[in-house]
Amino acid sequence: MNRRDLLKASAVAGAAGALPRFATAQPAQNRVLKMVPQANLTSLDPIWTTANITRNHGHMIFDSLYGLDANFVPQPQMAEGHVLDDGGKTVTITLRPGLKFHDGEPVRAQDAVPSIARWMKRNPFGQKLATVVESLEVVDDRRLRFKLKRPFPLLFKALGQVSNSPAFIMPQRLAETDAFQQVREAIGSGPFKFKADEFNSGSLVVYERFADYVPLSSGTPSLTAGPKIAHFDRVEWNIITDASTAAAALQTGEIDWYEQPPPEIQQLLRRNRGIAIEAIDPLPLTGILRFNHLHAPFNDKKMRQAILPAISQEDFMQAVVGTDASIYRTGVGLFTPGTPLANDAGLAPLMGPRSIDRAKALMREAGYTNQLMRLIGPTDILAPAAMTQVGADLVRRLGFNADIALSDWGTTVTRRASREPVERNGWSMLFTSFSSVDFVDPAAHFPMRANGANAWFGWPTVPRLEELRDAWFEAPDLATEQRLAREMQTVAMDDLPYVPIGSYMSMTAIRRNLTGRVPGLALFWNIRRT
Amino acid sequence: MFAYVVRRVLATIPVMAIVALFVFSLLYIAPGDPAAVIAGDQATPEDVERIRQSLGLDRPYLVRFGSWVFDIMRGDLGVSIFTNLPVVTMIKQRIEPTLSLMIVTLCLAVSIAVPMGVVAAWKVGTWIDRAVMGFAVLGFSVPVFVVGYLLAYIFALELDWLPVQGYTSFSQGFVPWIENLILPAVALGSVYIALIARITRATMLEVLQQDYIRTARAKGAGQTSILFLHALKNAAVPIVTVIGIGIALLIGGAVVTESVFAIPGLGRLTVDAILRRDYPVIQGVVLLFSFVYVLVNLAIDLLYTLFDPRIRY
Repeated sequence: MNRRDLLKASAVAGAAGALPRFATAQPAQNRVLKMVPQANLTSLDPIWTTANITRNHGHMIFDSLYGLDANFVPQPQMAEGHVLDDGGKTVTITLRPGLKFHDGEPVRAQDAVPSIARWMKRNPFGQKLATVVESLEVVDDRRLRFKLKRPFPLLFKALGQVSNSPAFIMPQRLAETDAFQQVREAIGSGPFKFKADEFNSGSLVVYERFADYVPLSSGTPSLTAGPKIAHFDRVEWNIITDASTAAAALQTGEIDWYEQPPPEIQQLLRRNRGIAIEAIDPLPLTGILRFNHLHAPFNDKKMRQAILPAISQEDFMQAVVGTDASIYRTGVGLFTPGTPLANDAGLAPLMGPRSIDRAKALMREAGYTNQLMRLIGPTDILAPAAMTQVGADLVRRLGFNADIALSDWGTTVTRRASREPVERNGWSMLFTSFSSVDFVDPAAHFPMRANGANAWFGWPTVPRLEELRDAWFEAPDLATEQRLAREMQTVAMDDLPYVPIGSYMSMTAIRRNLTGRVPGLALFWNIRRT
Repeated sequence: MFAYVVRRVLATIPVMAIVALFVFSLLYIAPGDPAAVIAGDQATPEDVERIRQSLGLDRPYLVRFGSWVFDIMRGDLGVSIFTNLPVVTMIKQRIEPTLSLMIVTLCLAVSIAVPMGVVAAWKVGTWIDRAVMGFAVLGFSVPVFVVGYLLAYIFALELDWLPVQGYTSFSQGFVPWIENLILPAVALGSVYIALIARITRATMLEVLQQDYIRTARAKGAGQTSILFLHALKNAAVPIVTVIGIGIALLIGGAVVTESVFAIPGLGRLTVDAILRRDYPVIQGVVLLFSFVYVLVNLAIDLLYTLFDPRIRY
C-alpha cells in the first residue's frame, strides 16, 4: 500500500460515517469560522509579495478604493465616487466618510496617495498606469486627484484589481515603506483585524471582526464589490499541510472549510452529506506550457509550432483534476473561458485529433537535431506538478533529447530565472497555472507579455503582441477590446510565447451549514452559519 | 566530575562552530532563492533581483557568514526573511509542542518498551517473547506516517475519542494537552518502543546468564526483584545509550508526526522554512537541534555513572 492509497483508505472510511461527528476537543462555536487555507501565510504584505495566500490575507484586513464585481466591472468601495474633468485627464476621487483603520485612525487621502504610489511600483497594471500619471496628489482629507497625461479608461479597474497585489489602502506610515521592503505591521481598514499576538506562521492565523468597519449601505456582495458584512466574530486559518488530516478534521467538524482539497480527497469528501464540494471561483484557472525563447531548441518559432499537434489539453486537465469533464475546459486560448475577451481565434492547431507522428514530422522540418532540452517543474505544488508529469511524457514520446529536472517549488522558481543555455544549467520548458482573474484581460496577464528581456520568465519577443496590448489599454469600449483580444490571440498562437493547455476549476470543500459565500476567492464577508 | 562537565560543555563550542559553518555553507550552495519565492509566480526577474538586494542576499558569502556569526555571538539568530519575526521568537512559539511531544513519547516509550524487553528476556523462546519481537519488527517496519494515519482513522474518525489534529498548550489544562498528544506520541513512539524493547531484551538475556543472578536466585530473591533490581540495573548502560541515540530519531520523527497531526512544532517550522528557503530560520533551528543533541549526549554520559559505579570521569 503506498501513501496515496492509505490516504484514500482513511478518507473513504471516514466518509463512510457520513454524518459529521464533533471531536471532544473542539466544540462547535457559531461565532468562529475555522478554515484550512491553500497555503501557509508567511508574509503579511500583499504589495511586497504576490503570493495568493497573502493576497487573501490582504482582502481580510485591507480595503481598496474600488472593488470589482463578478463581471469584473469596477464599483466604488472605499470611494464614495469620482469626478472626471479635462476630458478625463483629471480624476478626483472622494473617500466615503467614517472609514477607519484598525488602529482607530481615520482613513484619509494622505493614506490613499502613498498606498497607490507604492502599489504602482510593484503591480504591472499599476506600472502601466504610472506611465500616464502626471501627478497624484492630496486635495484634502477625503479627496485625492490623478492628473493624467491622457485619459486612461481602465483607471478604476486598475484600482480595483483583485489579484496580484491589489491596490490596498494602508496607513500613511506603512504606505511610505519602500515597495521592495516588507511593511512592519498589518493594519488596514478592512472588515477583519489581524491578531498579531496570535499569529503563528505555519500553524494559526487569527482575524477578528472589525467593529468600526463601515460597509457600503447598498448593493449586493459580488467578488470585491458591494457591502462587506462580517458575520463571524473570529476567523481562524488553521494551517494543515497534510491533505488527509485536513479532510479528517473537516469530517469531524474541527474545521468548517478546506480551501483546496486535492482531487482524490474531493471524491471522498463528496460522500459526506454534511460537506459540499463546489468551485471556489465560477471561472477556471488556466495552465500554460512556457518555452524559453532565448535558447535552442525553442528559440525557433517553427520548433514551438511543431509540438502543437501533439498537445492535448484534455490530457493535461485530466492529470490535474481527474476525469470529470464538468470541472475542466479545453479549447482554451489566451483569456479565461467565460469572460468577455475569451475567443477561439488561432486555436485550430490545438483542436481536432492529436498526433505525435505529425508533431515529429514538423520537428524534423524545423531542423531538430537532437539538441538537449530541459524541462523543469515542481513536485510539491499539485497542478503544476501534474502538468509537468504529462509534459515530461509528451517530450519523451516526441523523441526530444530531454532532461527532466524535477524539484521542489523553491528550486523551480530559482531555476526558471536562469537565462543561461541548457548546457549551463538553463531550461527550455516549464508548466504552471494562473488564476482566472490574471487572464481576464491583458492587464495582469504576465505570460502574454512579449517584451523580451523584461517579459516574464522565458523572455519572448513579439513586438506586434506588445503593440496590441498597448492599444487595449486605450480601448474605448468592449467591442474594441474584443477585437484586439482576437488579434492578440491570433498573433500569440502563431508566435507562441506560451501554449495554453486548458483550464480547470479550483474546488473547495465547505460544510453545508455555511451559506452566503462570495464566489471568486476565499472571502470571509457575507458568509454565515445557518 | 565537575571538571569533566566543564570540559564537555566547552567542547560543544567547536562542535557548534563546525555545525554552523556546515549549515551555512550547505544552504549557500543549495539551489533555491527566497527572493524568487517571495516575488511569486508572476514576478519579473527584475523584481526578484530588487528583492534579493533588499534582503542582502546579493552580498558575498564571507560577508554574509561573518555577519551571521557576529549576530549569533550576540545571541541574535536573525530575523525570518518572510515573517519578519525574530527567529528566537519563532522558536519560542514552536518549542513547547515539540518538547511536549518528545517528553510524552519518551515517557510512553520507556514505560512500555523496558518492561516489554525484560519480560521477553525472562520468557525467552515462548510465545510472549515471539509476540514482543514480532511487535518490535512491526514497529521498525511500519513508517511513522502510516501508524499516524491508522491511529487517526480509528481513534479520531471512527471512535471519535480524540481530536484529529492540532495542539493545545499545557497552560490550557492537562486534559486537552494530553488529548492532542496521545495519538502523535503513540505514532512517533512505535519505532522507539521497538528499538528499546529489542535492546533491553538482548542486554537482559546476557545479564541473566551472569553468576550474580544465579547467586540472587540461590539467596531466594523473587523473580521481580531479580529482573528489575539485579538484572535491569546492570543492563541499564546500553539501554540508556540507545535511549540517547533515540533522541535523534525523535527529532527526525517529529518532523513527520507534526505534519501528520498538524502540530505547530519545530519539525514543521523546519520543513516550512526549508521549502521556502527561509535561511535564518533553518540555520537557527538546526543549530538548536545540534545543541540539544550535544547536551543529550552529555547527559547520557553522566547517567552512566549512576548506573555503573565503575565509570568515573
